[in-house]
Amino acid sequence: MSKTNIDEINRNIYDIKNKDEYDFKIKKGLTPEIIEEISKQKNDPDWMREFRLKALEVYNKLELPTWGPDLSELNMDEIATYVKPKSKLNDSWDDVPEDIKNTFDKLGIPEAEKTSLAGVGAQYDSEVVYHSIKEDLIKQGVIYTDMETAVREYPDLVKEHFMKCVPVYDHKFVALHGAVWSGGSFVYVPKGVKVDIPLQSYFRLNSPESGQFEHTLIIVDEGASLHFIEGCSAPKYNKVNLHAGCVELYVKDNSYLRYSTIENWSKNMLNLNTKKAIVGKNAQVDWVSGSFGSKISMLYPMSILNGEGAKTEFTGISFAGKGQNLDNGFKVVHNNINTSSVVNAKSISKNGGKCTYRSLVRINENAKNSKSSVSCESLMLDDFSISDTIPVNDIRTDEVEFSHEAKIGKIGDKTIFYLMSRGLSEEDAKAMIVRGFAYPISKELPVEYAVEMNNLINLELEGAIG
Amino acid sequence: MQNLLEIKDLYVNAGEKEILKGINLKINKGEIHVIMGPNGSGKTTTANAILNNPSYKKSKGSIIFDKEDITNLKTDEIARKGIFMSFQLPEEIPGVSVTNFLKYAKNKITNKPVKIFEFKDEVKKYMDELKMNPKNMDRSLNVGFSGGEKKKNEILQMLVLNPKLAILDETDSGLDVDAIKTVSKGIEMFKNEENSVLIITHNTKILHSLKPDYVHVLIDGKIVKTGDASLAKEIEENGYESYK
Repeated sequence: MSKTNIDEINRNIYDIKNKDEYDFKIKKGLTPEIIEEISKQKNDPDWMREFRLKALEVYNKLELPTWGPDLSELNMDEIATYVKPKSKLNDSWDDVPEDIKNTFDKLGIPEAEKTSLAGVGAQYDSEVVYHSIKEDLIKQGVIYTDMETAVREYPDLVKEHFMKCVPVYDHKFVALHGAVWSGGSFVYVPKGVKVDIPLQSYFRLNSPESGQFEHTLIIVDEGASLHFIEGCSAPKYNKVNLHAGCVELYVKDNSYLRYSTIENWSKNMLNLNTKKAIVGKNAQVDWVSGSFGSKISMLYPMSILNGEGAKTEFTGISFAGKGQNLDNGFKVVHNNINTSSVVNAKSISKNGGKCTYRSLVRINENAKNSKSSVSCESLMLDDFSISDTIPVNDIRTDEVEFSHEAKIGKIGDKTIFYLMSRGLSEEDAKAMIVRGFAYPISKELPVEYAVEMNNLINLELEGAIG
Repeated sequence: MQNLLEIKDLYVNAGEKEILKGINLKINKGEIHVIMGPNGSGKTTTANAILNNPSYKKSKGSIIFDKEDITNLKTDEIARKGIFMSFQLPEEIPGVSVTNFLKYAKNKITNKPVKIFEFKDEVKKYMDELKMNPKNMDRSLNVGFSGGEKKKNEILQMLVLNPKLAILDETDSGLDVDAIKTVSKGIEMFKNEENSVLIITHNTKILHSLKPDYVHVLIDGKIVKTGDASLAKEIEENGYESYK
């Protein structure tokens, strides 16, 4: 798929609102009774029901973060945490109900599945409505399924890993996630198996005043490799929606995982997501992240480099427009010798939007001969947008190479004049500068997502001039 | 001779300061004009005013291009009418390759799809002539380019975009003798009976290899003398002192 014409955008695709139809919508709020009811609806095994109730207790004990964006508008009494769509899990798009299928069609998911993906998961509100994986991967022992099926069919594998990488007491919204999680994908790649074509899960939240809490658990066994892509979007409503997903990645010795995200939540969404990877000996996890949507985002993927020679790269971009406060970043812990981390983070803010890059680099005493290099760059498109960088560097040994670079810039009138003198309109000129700025990130994405990212940039810039 | 550009009694301010104080200039198709003048005389302002840079305000006068009043058109509209300007200090655009930029600009100027293979051949031909490193095609526009590479890149853009009027603002400044020859060659390649070139310069080096039809001397925002190529020679010898 060589969609290179960046003009062919339809801004409506992300905003299509289907009727709020569902099989079951839990009443708003958060009580043990509500958790019991979700668990019943989901046919949880006992251990999972107990897990949820314990997580709720933890949630009630923990405080909201005392730093970062103001979350006071979030009122859990106004959020329905479980919305079961009018669809069972299907393995054929033909069986997915018409309006839900149409939504995914317009988002290009079935098309991408045909041309460039080895497997697809599609979640609508709280449940996965479609899941598929190529036959040859099944033969090689690769598991790619919705999380509920995994709980049922691979209980040992799930119990051993579920919320062990991200424990429920990490922070309040992880505890919330543990209590109400629903949907998400489970991937297991057996030892030595290289999955050459990406798998993709797409998360769509349609229901107003609700939350999405999908759980993604990926285990890449020794010497294996995988590229996993997640996409997410929602139509815009007046009241707050909440996303508190959780991603746990186990990247075992000598294996490789690339985890790409294109996030375009609507601008009434609070995106309080948690992602973490545990990386084994000579293994590598690469994060590629494009963050465009949400009213507030607090997202700091984390790599824990436990194995000798473990590596991680983070490549991410945030784009904040009017009314958006995107507090994103990256965390890495170097926990062994010869580990390395590379961070390339960019942000764009316009129309009063705020982007903060918040990060932690911790190099422990035992991580001698490790390297870390961090570069963050921000671009502000006007005088009233905000950009901030809050890095924490906690280096506990001298025998390391560490560098940190931060740059903040604006689009100059001279640059715009130069491009306009070549026939570009003011909007074209700004879009070209922004696309160029984002290029080091977009080039890391598969081509069709790079195109989507450029489309999103154009969408964000439309009407921004004047 | 058919007229291409006519500037009538143009007054221009940069900020509070009046820079151009009644410029009159006529350029016909097929001609090469030179505006010479000391620093601060309004040469670059003239170029920017023709392209209606919003940082320069016109208080009086008009600019007619190809029988059309372009005085208040937007810069990109003027560019699409067929005026090109080579910048004294070309801007750097990280993340946008020279190829992609040229393709995009060509598409905007011609309003036609660019045929990739023909386009690449054409660009390659020009780059050979301008002795440009073919690797520059994939580099970000002007990022990390030397002064000479930037100027050649401007000439490359001129050749690719093929305007009716090319304004070259101090294209020769900061270049060594060889680079000036190469740039002159690019201008010769561009020049024909249907288009025109306006060279803005404060020295005369580039005029050794290009033969202008008219030379205008700009002092303190006014054209104080117009002559043929011999005027440039005279200024080379005597400077601007006698015109001040």
